[in-house]
Amino acid sequence: MSAHIVTPVRTYVFIFVTLLILTGVTYLAAIHDFGALHTPIALAIALAKASLVVIYFMGVRYNTPLTKVVVVAGFFWLFILFGLTLNDYLTRGWLGVPGR
Amino acid sequence: MASHIAQAAHGPEGHGHDPNLQHHFYSMEQQLEASTLGMWVFLVTEIMFFGGMFMAYILYRVLYPEAWVLGSHHLNVTLGALNTGVLICSSLTMALAVRSAQVSSRKGQIVNLILTILFGCTFLVVKYFEYKEKFEHHLVPGPHFDMSLPQAAQQQLFFSLYFMLTGIHAAHMIVGIVLMLVILAMAIRGRFSASYYTPVEISGLYWHFVDIVWIFLFPLLYLLGAHLAAHGG
Repeated sequence: MSAHIVTPVRTYVFIFVTLLILTGVTYLAAIHDFGALHTPIALAIALAKASLVVIYFMGVRYNTPLTKVVVVAGFFWLFILFGLTLNDYLTRGWLGVPGR
Repeated sequence: MASHIAQAAHGPEGHGHDPNLQHHFYSMEQQLEASTLGMWVFLVTEIMFFGGMFMAYILYRVLYPEAWVLGSHHLNVTLGALNTGVLICSSLTMALAVRSAQVSSRKGQIVNLILTILFGCTFLVVKYFEYKEKFEHHLVPGPHFDMSLPQAAQQQLFFSLYFMLTGIHAAHMIVGIVLMLVILAMAIRGRFSASYYTPVEISGLYWHFVDIVWIFLFPLLYLLGAHLAAHGG
């Protein structure tokens, strides 16, 4: 029963400071013109921040494998939603349809 | 009845029956694991719920990239960044509130839960001033939208998504604050300790999830035109 692991306060504060620094990095990256990479860079930082929150603050690293699968599957399905919808919309103009 | 007591006495704890253990669970650990899994299944439905709106955002952004940059330019980056910081602070105090429950610190739970609630309220107050500014500048979609703006119709679409995404996020914050008030009342009555803290844990999951949504909303809504502003564009 005493199996649950209590994360030290130091770890939480470290993650907190990292999240604040990454927010600063998000802003600095945004005011710099990366052209086409502008949004991918912003999303990569946001994904890193979200991962830190999920793994440490939400404590998924101590959860059961089943819970981990559910968490990963949730985000995986989100990318299916984005991927297949864009696959439709972005490719509509590729082939000329006679009579349209 | 006698057999039930005997069974509990010989349960996995080896000694007695925790009053917080519901009879359909084998142990306190299993009870916490089941609740955590259940909460995550709910959060996955929340991911899909916000996902639909993010999908609309992505699609119209692909179709009208200039309008998105113009619309984003109207948002207040300072207030957006401030709110990001406020939510990260609230996530820290939330994590510390759960930790306090894990080490049976009643005072730690109360202090951290109150701080979490205060950070949540700060977020909403900042959001109120942002919304107020949008109303004053005629940037709220509808008959009063400033149609003299370049690509006004498309920018109106951006602001529709801005208000929908941030509005539903704010509604989640309000639900979270009410949830924390309930947990606070339970913590004050000393309901949680190292052996039983499931409600604090799963409410915390909800709170962190709402923080994660904002982590994505901030760069996607506020920072699209930031590089243009920095270079005088």
